[in-house]
Amino acid sequence: MKRITLVTGHYGSGKTEVSVNLSIDLKKEYDKVAILDLDIMNPYFRSRERQKMMEDLGIMVQFNSFGYDITEDLPALSAALKTPLENKEYKAIVDVGGDSDGAKVLNQFRKYFIEGDSELLVVINTNRPESDDLEGCLFHISTIQAETGLPVKGLINNTHMLSETTPQDIIDGYNMCKKIEELTGIPHRFSTCREDLVEDLKAANAEAGITDMEIYPIKLYMRPSWLL
Amino acid sequence: MAEKKLMKGNEAFATAAMNAGCRYYFGYPITPQNEVPEFMSRELPKAGGYFIQAESELGAMNMAYGAAAAGGRVLLSTSSPGIALMQENLSLLSSVELPVVLVSVMRGGPGIGSIQPGQADYEQATRGGGNGDYHTIVLAPATIQEACDMIYKAFDIADEYRNPVMVCADGMIGQMMEPVVLPPEKAPLTEEEIWEQKPYALTGHKWKRERNAINSVWLQQELLEEYIYQYWPKYEKAEAELQDWEAINVENCDTLFVAYGSVSRVVKEAMQALEAEGYNVGLIRLKTLWPFPHKAFELIGDNCKNIICCELSMGQMMKDVKAEVAGKYPVHLINRVGGMLLDPVEVVDRTKKILEVK
Repeated sequence: MKRITLVTGHYGSGKTEVSVNLSIDLKKEYDKVAILDLDIMNPYFRSRERQKMMEDLGIMVQFNSFGYDITEDLPALSAALKTPLENKEYKAIVDVGGDSDGAKVLNQFRKYFIEGDSELLVVINTNRPESDDLEGCLFHISTIQAETGLPVKGLINNTHMLSETTPQDIIDGYNMCKKIEELTGIPHRFSTCREDLVEDLKAANAEAGITDMEIYPIKLYMRPSWLL
Repeated sequence: MAEKKLMKGNEAFATAAMNAGCRYYFGYPITPQNEVPEFMSRELPKAGGYFIQAESELGAMNMAYGAAAAGGRVLLSTSSPGIALMQENLSLLSSVELPVVLVSVMRGGPGIGSIQPGQADYEQATRGGGNGDYHTIVLAPATIQEACDMIYKAFDIADEYRNPVMVCADGMIGQMMEPVVLPPEKAPLTEEEIWEQKPYALTGHKWKRERNAINSVWLQQELLEEYIYQYWPKYEKAEAELQDWEAINVENCDTLFVAYGSVSRVVKEAMQALEAEGYNVGLIRLKTLWPFPHKAFELIGDNCKNIICCELSMGQMMKDVKAEVAGKYPVHLINRVGGMLLDPVEVVDRTKKILEVK
């Protein structure tokens, strides 16, 4: 992974859950890790809701300057966000708001997103109505690219149905990513999978003859058990 | 069967309303329900419907009054402080027997409060702040699927009873994502169908009938009294026919939980933990807040020793539960307020404390 990873995607694709997982896993390997919550679209389920948990793990959490006022419904961002972008010792995960509207916020930090040092990834969940077909996925990719002026360097397949997720959901999403890859050259980077489903997914992949699916096992940090 | 999609609550609410034939939406933004007007502003015009962002919640209600008077299916949505502003017109709409469906995505109060989930609008919904003798029919979903099904059904109930129907979701149900199968699409009524099915509607008399007038001013008190007696039986019918609830082990349990909305999901997980430790627990989950599901409480068996109300308020629902059981069982409260949530561990711990002290 590059020093700065920009996690974008359509609304409700699961960027935040992916970003929190990536941050926690990066921290296992690197000393200085930061998560930048740039979500100015949503009032709920933002990375900052797990601020305490991640800070306890030693991860820097940046969003706005209101500290623990995490429910602040303002499109305001803290200047301290720049610390991990400027300080090259940091690995940074940038959790961006949904759609191209949410990605707009990246423009003010544009000078930090240098080719080779950073890359823009797009999260895809084909169980969401806006991205359940090729046209919808391509629309999101092209509008995010147009809004940010940054090329999309990879696809994260985060296709799931929460507690009802089956390996087939993940394979369907993977196949969609492969179609996008064929058309645009943007590669499928990895497919997320709830930890308890990984073995089932591997078996299903073997049966379907899929040999090159990079599986990224994830924990559900954002969603309490009673909501599953 | 229709395809299952992963949808955010607010988007799903709006889609369910459109599938029920709703083509009118009037609203004013407020978190945590903004995705409803956002969705409607984008999708309603495509379906030949009308979206208007009103200047205030009061304006939205008055626009709803007009569209409902013309026979349309109307959706309104807001959150707690917005309902406070709409109360006057809930009374007005009830007084002229106009059907609308209103989604309240409840947040923490009082006042401006917080944008996190809340249930402290139980009394606001079931008692209302509007004047006069009226009721709002209030449904309370616990999942996005149930919310969609209830909103869909709410349009039929509103039309049948010619009365506003409120669907009380909370911020969690509005903001989270869940798999959902949307109810099938119904076409909105044509002008001819409105003429036939909604004879009160202001469609123009076309020289075929007397003029319709919708007016809540009564200058002769004798006539207003007569009118109230004339419409009141529908509320008695609603109390008899609309009560709805989910019952789990109500007949046999020692300890009965009462909850509604997303809190009932916390309680269900807590119940599993308590059962694993040998506690004999049950649950009444309210699916209608008004009419209150009195019939569910008739199911309580001889084992019951305690009733525990779990809610995100200072005990608003508990008052109805206490009135219902009339001192027959001790009634306790496990609550959080201000936008804070209960979690299963807390419910288990507090339940154990309650059961120890007695």
